[in-house]
Amino acid sequence: MIRSIKPGDWLVILASVFFVGFLFGRIWHADKAQKVLIRKGGEVFEEVSLDRNRKVAVPGPLGVSLVVISNGKARVEKDPGPHQYCVRQGWLENAGDAAICLPNQVSVELLGGRKRYDSLNY
Amino acid sequence: MIRSTIEISSTSEDHHVARCAAAAIGLSLVDAAIPTPIPGIKPGFANIVILIVLERYGFRTAAWVSLLRVFAASLLFGSFLSPGFFLALCGALSSLFSLFLSGILPKRFFGQVSRSVIAAFAHISGQMALAYFWLIPHAGLFSLAPFFALAALVFGIVNGLAASYFSESEKVEGLHQVPIQ
Repeated sequence: MIRSIKPGDWLVILASVFFVGFLFGRIWHADKAQKVLIRKGGEVFEEVSLDRNRKVAVPGPLGVSLVVISNGKARVEKDPGPHQYCVRQGWLENAGDAAICLPNQVSVELLGGRKRYDSLNY
Repeated sequence: MIRSTIEISSTSEDHHVARCAAAAIGLSLVDAAIPTPIPGIKPGFANIVILIVLERYGFRTAAWVSLLRVFAASLLFGSFLSPGFFLALCGALSSLFSLFLSGILPKRFFGQVSRSVIAAFAHISGQMALAYFWLIPHAGLFSLAPFFALAALVFGIVNGLAASYFSESEKVEGLHQVPIQ
């Protein structure tokens, strides 16, 4: 059985193994986020670096959503919305992660060095 | 018996293609019967037949057998014109295209395993492209790519070994009985 594998076949198999390894590596090595983009009603409210710990208060139609940035992570700490989905999302760490407070029209998205994919535009 | 007024004349090549396609359809049935962890991951045993046909009778016959298999199997499973059918068709066309291109590889160094692995990757690439542009236009789809690629690699090698085993042996009845004019 093994004899029927020709030299070129080993080459193809080796290349494929590397390709599969590369694909797995890409998934598990998520992009570290560098900036956080806060949107209000579809418009950019503020774009801040994740390096500095701070709190951003975003006024929306229902009240104020409080975004906390700490140690390279960000989360929505308080939101006046009824379901609290964006608060329960917890800490956002990787580029592309996002929390959306729909009732208050506030969204928080982490940006990396390069944009991996746009989770808000679909 | 009343003779049919419609007479379809068939050549021995037609019979031969039909016989090979029947073998491929049978293997598709085996595929469908094996449960898989992720929808979309299948062994693709029917491709063993395609590889053998390609080796013995050339690309044209292989393309016939492959496409006949896709259409006939989808009619059998009741998936004709469903998204699954178009995914299968797109996969078959992509792997046929890659097999056509792999014809330039020297036969001395590249055997059935190479062709099988290349075709498996082309198959899954074509399917993912169609799924992305037509069914699920979300980048999250590509999170599944490593698993599909791993399956393509494993089953590509397995099918390639099976194909070279049967290509070398004379055990395959029916596949080589009829010479093609």
